[in-house]
Amino acid sequence: MDKHDTPMLDELENGPWPSFISGIKRLRDEHSDQRINGVANSLLGQLEHSYETKKGYWKGGTVSVYGYGGGIIPRFSEVGDAFPESREFHTMRVQPPAGNHYTTDSLRKLADSWEKHGSGLVTFHGQTGNIMFIGTTTENTQKFFDEINEYGYDLGGAGPCVRTSMSCIGSARCEQSSLDEQRIHRALINNFTDDIHRPALPYKFKFKISGCGNDCMNAIERSDFAIIGTWRDDMRVDQEAFKAYIELKGHDYINENIISRCPTNALKINEDDTLEVDNRNCVRCMHCLNALPKALSPGLDKGATICIGGKRTLKIGDLMGTVIVPFMPLKTDEDFEKLNEMAEEVIDFWAENALEHERCGEMIERIGLPNFLEGIGIEVDPNMVDSPRQSSYVRLDDWDEEAKKWFDSKAEAANA
Amino acid sequence: MAEKAKPRTPIESGCPDGFKNMHPMMRKHYGNWHYHEDPQPGVLKHVAYGGDAIYTVKAATQRILDVFTLRTLCDIGDQYADGHVHFTMRSNIEFFVTEEERVQPLIDALTTNGFVVGGTKNSVATISHTQGWLHCDIPGTDASGIVKAMMDELIDDFKNWNMPNRVHMTTSCCQINCGGQGDIAINIQHTKPPKINHDLVANVCERPSVVARCPVAAIRPAMVNGKPSLEVDEKKCICCGACYPPCPPMQINDAEHSKLAIWIGGNHSNARSKPSFQKLVAAGIPNNPPRWPEATAIVKNILKTYKDDAKDWERINDWIDRIGWPRFFELTGLPFTKFHIDNWRGARNSLNASTHIRF
Repeated sequence: MDKHDTPMLDELENGPWPSFISGIKRLRDEHSDQRINGVANSLLGQLEHSYETKKGYWKGGTVSVYGYGGGIIPRFSEVGDAFPESREFHTMRVQPPAGNHYTTDSLRKLADSWEKHGSGLVTFHGQTGNIMFIGTTTENTQKFFDEINEYGYDLGGAGPCVRTSMSCIGSARCEQSSLDEQRIHRALINNFTDDIHRPALPYKFKFKISGCGNDCMNAIERSDFAIIGTWRDDMRVDQEAFKAYIELKGHDYINENIISRCPTNALKINEDDTLEVDNRNCVRCMHCLNALPKALSPGLDKGATICIGGKRTLKIGDLMGTVIVPFMPLKTDEDFEKLNEMAEEVIDFWAENALEHERCGEMIERIGLPNFLEGIGIEVDPNMVDSPRQSSYVRLDDWDEEAKKWFDSKAEAANA
Repeated sequence: MAEKAKPRTPIESGCPDGFKNMHPMMRKHYGNWHYHEDPQPGVLKHVAYGGDAIYTVKAATQRILDVFTLRTLCDIGDQYADGHVHFTMRSNIEFFVTEEERVQPLIDALTTNGFVVGGTKNSVATISHTQGWLHCDIPGTDASGIVKAMMDELIDDFKNWNMPNRVHMTTSCCQINCGGQGDIAINIQHTKPPKINHDLVANVCERPSVVARCPVAAIRPAMVNGKPSLEVDEKKCICCGACYPPCPPMQINDAEHSKLAIWIGGNHSNARSKPSFQKLVAAGIPNNPPRWPEATAIVKNILKTYKDDAKDWERINDWIDRIGWPRFFELTGLPFTKFHIDNWRGARNSLNASTHIRF
């Protein structure tokens, strides 16, 4: 094999951090399959060419497997004549098990299949949450998919469709979780398999699940539909453990780092070194629970806050998701049915009303939150805003009717 | 003639069950965890109600894994841990053991094999990143390369608890910013309008969609050299590159004029303050492969200033909320320019409409 020179990439083999270049070179130099040696060599050559010219040389196209319309990121080289063995270099997006748990056996099995049909390069996981099997030919996409699909893996989303979901480790290993992330993740996303595999929506639609307000999955900004754990009753306080923290750290430390960092001044140390919590004004920000995990725990009346409309820059600028449901219990089968019904309502309304390439949050920005709420059948709630409107430029024709709705719904809630 | 083989119908199984792969101790105490401790950098000890414990050892990899590296990780998982692993959202791998005495041998095995143990608590976490020149169709740079070059220099801050609070960094190869929000984000920022290959536009691009993509309505259909094409009002153009993905003949990437910019203070967590977006602090940084030393120098300056000046638990956004932006620019020595003043929609909310000024 005629190895491409890679003087610039070689610079990325220096230094203590693991080098992806060394990994690709191992595939070129040490793998027993000549096809993989050649693909890796070609890829290194093209990448070096990119480093030299500061340009990318991949273009998209249309590749999928039989029966699906998406799930694959097609890549055809624009410099394929110079680097022919990675001329077709598609990425297969595969949905990971919920929560990204693997056994070593399951990883080995995937590695075996991938080196049979692909480049031998893989990432756990891409920013959308898929296992990214990087680099295969159009012909081999079907072979690889058929093989892994037989033992339980399915493609994720790519294009204007419901995308692969992500959930934090949550209840599996974290004391802060208020959610059953495993169940929510699969109940939601597996209700939309058709919308994942056959892109037919205005643009992408993402669900992400974080067990608490620390939001390790970045759900509020990186998903159209964020499910974030919270609780309604009082946080649990182990007063003995709290006293032990004071003994260990001292009053000054606890005052400066815990008490005064509470965003709503809801914490106070009593004369006897017990902690008093103003639970009605606690906003479940998680700071004190993070700092004192042995003493403070989430309450027991658990559920989710649902925020809708998060996204990154294009086209109108960054958006965080907005509170649409302040609290949704997620325990019973009926609760889960309601969650799925709501997700369907939101996607249906957005699919009907969005412009092409318009994310859900952008549509809400364009039509206004009240119109979106009316469309999905959810009543207004003061938790949805930071403050009421400042501008008097508004028509209030139906004020009395709207006020009546508020009192009626309050009365209904009181009678329930 | 032989009948063509019938294509296989896919099994639409969707997202696999995570419980099947989950460590037995995590299955046993699902939803029953009481608290956690941080025995040392890179190690977490979670304790369930009743007293059972599980130790997590977190390690960074090169993210773009070759099958050899993946199998090495599996070997370590089999020999030194319990054969179950978890990947974090920043592509670190986590191994689990239930006995304390197995933690150090596991760390040693990972370290010996070139993996880096750390990334917990108040450390600089692995930079989350995107595909770049290795695989993306629109990249202005190579995120994997930037991350490798930068983490070589920040490795001590990954392996230790040097920072006031955790630092999440991200990098993105275009302004779509797949890397997302970060305490520090290193992103491509184009500085010149796209160069249009008018010969190709009519055949390659769906022109109305391209017109619709532009955030500032700077693109309009036009006849150029007798062919239907598109033209850009270069005075209006904000050089965002949104037209490039639907219309590759509108080349936005430029070896000289596609620069790096650094944004700070993005934070998804609700802890203390509400989630916040990152803000521009530095731009015009050369996109300089293979090691991007100019960008790394600025990141190190910001990290050092943050480390020296912030109080415990302050994320970068919390720190600047306390000290104010003028002090940030004073302490870092970075220039404050007219480009730092937002003029996009909602910009008025970012102006200081008060007499709150620190002297």
